[in-house]
Amino acid sequence: MAHFDENARPFSEKWLDERLGVVTLKKVLSTEYWIPKDINFLWAMGMVLAATFGLLLISGIFLLMYYKPDTAMAFDSVNYTIMTEVGYGWLWRHIHGVGASLVFLIIYIHMFTGIYYGSYKKGREMIWISGMLLFVTFSAEAFSGYMLPWGQMSYWAGMVITNLFSGGSLEAYGLVEWIRGDYVPGDAFLTRFFMLHVLLLPLVIIGLIVLHFGTLRLPHVNNQKGEEIDFKEAAELYKAGRKKESKVIPFNPVFLSKDIFVVGVYFILFFYLVFYHFDFAMDPVNFDPADGLKTPPHIYPEWYFLWSYEILRPFNKDIGLIAFGIAQVALFFLPFVDRSPNVAPAHKRGLFNLWFWVLLIDMVVLTILGKLPPEGIYNDLGLVAAIVFLLLGPALFVVTKMEKKI
Amino acid sequence: MKELKVLAVVVFFSLLVYWGVEPFAHGQMHKHVESDNFAYSDLPKITKEGDAANGGDLVMGAGACIGCHSINSQGIPAPMDAVTAAATYGVNPPDLSNIGALYNEKFLAALFKNPAHALNVEHKFDPASGKMHPMVPFYGAGGDIDQEVADMVAYFKSIAPKELSAKEAFDDACGRCHAMRYDHYTQLGDTPEFKYEKDALAHQIKLLEYQEHLKAYMGKLPPDLSTIIRARSADFLETFIENPQTQLPGTSMPRVGLSKEGYEKVEAYLTKIGDPSKPQREALGPWVLGFFVIFSILAFLWKKYQWRDLH
Repeated sequence: MAHFDENARPFSEKWLDERLGVVTLKKVLSTEYWIPKDINFLWAMGMVLAATFGLLLISGIFLLMYYKPDTAMAFDSVNYTIMTEVGYGWLWRHIHGVGASLVFLIIYIHMFTGIYYGSYKKGREMIWISGMLLFVTFSAEAFSGYMLPWGQMSYWAGMVITNLFSGGSLEAYGLVEWIRGDYVPGDAFLTRFFMLHVLLLPLVIIGLIVLHFGTLRLPHVNNQKGEEIDFKEAAELYKAGRKKESKVIPFNPVFLSKDIFVVGVYFILFFYLVFYHFDFAMDPVNFDPADGLKTPPHIYPEWYFLWSYEILRPFNKDIGLIAFGIAQVALFFLPFVDRSPNVAPAHKRGLFNLWFWVLLIDMVVLTILGKLPPEGIYNDLGLVAAIVFLLLGPALFVVTKMEKKI
Repeated sequence: MKELKVLAVVVFFSLLVYWGVEPFAHGQMHKHVESDNFAYSDLPKITKEGDAANGGDLVMGAGACIGCHSINSQGIPAPMDAVTAAATYGVNPPDLSNIGALYNEKFLAALFKNPAHALNVEHKFDPASGKMHPMVPFYGAGGDIDQEVADMVAYFKSIAPKELSAKEAFDDACGRCHAMRYDHYTQLGDTPEFKYEKDALAHQIKLLEYQEHLKAYMGKLPPDLSTIIRARSADFLETFIENPQTQLPGTSMPRVGLSKEGYEKVEAYLTKIGDPSKPQREALGPWVLGFFVIFSILAFLWKKYQWRDLH
């Protein structure tokens, strides 16, 4: 039995420490959680994501109180009840819609930052993998949420995406019906996606966020030069007051102060969009109620899925499906396909630098093409861009294999 | 500043993606239709000076307007109720009290002489196939037909109210075919509050009967317009209402003939119902943005303070 001080006042720091270890906890998670000093604002994207997720969660809770998961009522509960009758319902809805779009913008920036600075290598593999798991779960969360307003695009996107599970020539329509709970998207479909969106997937996301934070603790955050820092030594220097010489800073309050500033600036953009430009995140087509007898002329996913949608489109259905499947999982393997021993920013890594920019530009091109009607020149460009994406995998292996140690 | 360079790269690619998936993609997906600014350039100008008094006589007499239409402001009631009228003509003929305030005068003149042509529904009502538009053309009362038409237009302008509300404009121009359920409005007008359920159900039956006739007349039930202002771009709505055939060839929706001012009223009503938070958004937005600007300045000062002796 541990020693408990009889005289400690209840809930005083000492009292709490004896029972919960709060002093150690505070050190480990905050005041002596060391972060490299040589970083730029891109290192704040984690906090920006956490803040955006917080907004999505809070706005989602408010929306959940008035949303009705029923094909006869869903559309009007969103577009009438929440927008007209609920005080500030419009604000929560627009925060939720804009947040869902921006969270993906920040995720992509966060991912490309990690790729550019080699932050998935040498002990940091689990950071990358847990991050990719979060990306996939967020994608599922976004898709299931998109079903809920039960507009035209909800219905038809639900139809198209669940159809993918028929496996092309395998014609596994039994599986598609099992997923939908019906022959076409209907009430059973809506209620199960509602459950996924408001319960199961958020639980998984919260668990994965904890895991993602956990994976950072031992290998520590990377820095702008990819330099290997002796964190113990640097921390001692900092604690001894030799802050200028030390290469690290404590998470709280020094790193946090920069994070909070970046989050503040980000919120200016965020709320500008919420109040003045929310429509980019809320497709007009989805303001027509779902109608199974009226296919919209153009069916496309939200912008953050367009690059993988465009990898599916230019091929015939079986090859397209395989290419699509590869695109979904390819990035998971990044830490293992990259054979280079160097942890350094891309501009120091020779051919890898070229590889990085080709990847970025190719994904932007795929994204833009993904929304265009598949006609004429767009088809050819799409085919080229999709093939380039698929070839980037083997190319990474070759490029990094040849890379010399810096 | 290295950070600003990094920021410039991030902003550049974000804006590039935005441009690609929003303005560019939508420009490629939707064909561009040039607006005629509600001038109805294809219809002939009214060349004669209209005489309202003579026009009034024609409307009540030889023009035979009031055989089918009501003019409530002049105390002339509708010959039959809405459901019976829809059973007879396919749709309830409009009340004529406000038409002089809502519609383009060239359009009105052309409509009197040849309804199917002015309404742009000749693909539906072709005399050769024996299908006639339910509105009978005005063949003239014996004098100069252009003069007579100009007189009737002058009459309708003379009785038109100076001010029309946005809702009245919608009610006149759209409301006999389109419902607006977010305003408790149907093709039969505002839905009354009923004390007894059986009365509510009786009203519902009347509405269903009306809609059945309308469906048979139009081919399908015209859509409820509650969310149309957010489902279509402003440009689409304007050019579509100006001339439905340009955006949706073959549609059975007629050209409505609204004047520019008339259209603005209709649009204001669609916005009020379909996007009701607009005034609140505009009122609250600057405060929230102001808050985060101050927040960011304070956060910047705090960051400066925390990092003061690190470099």
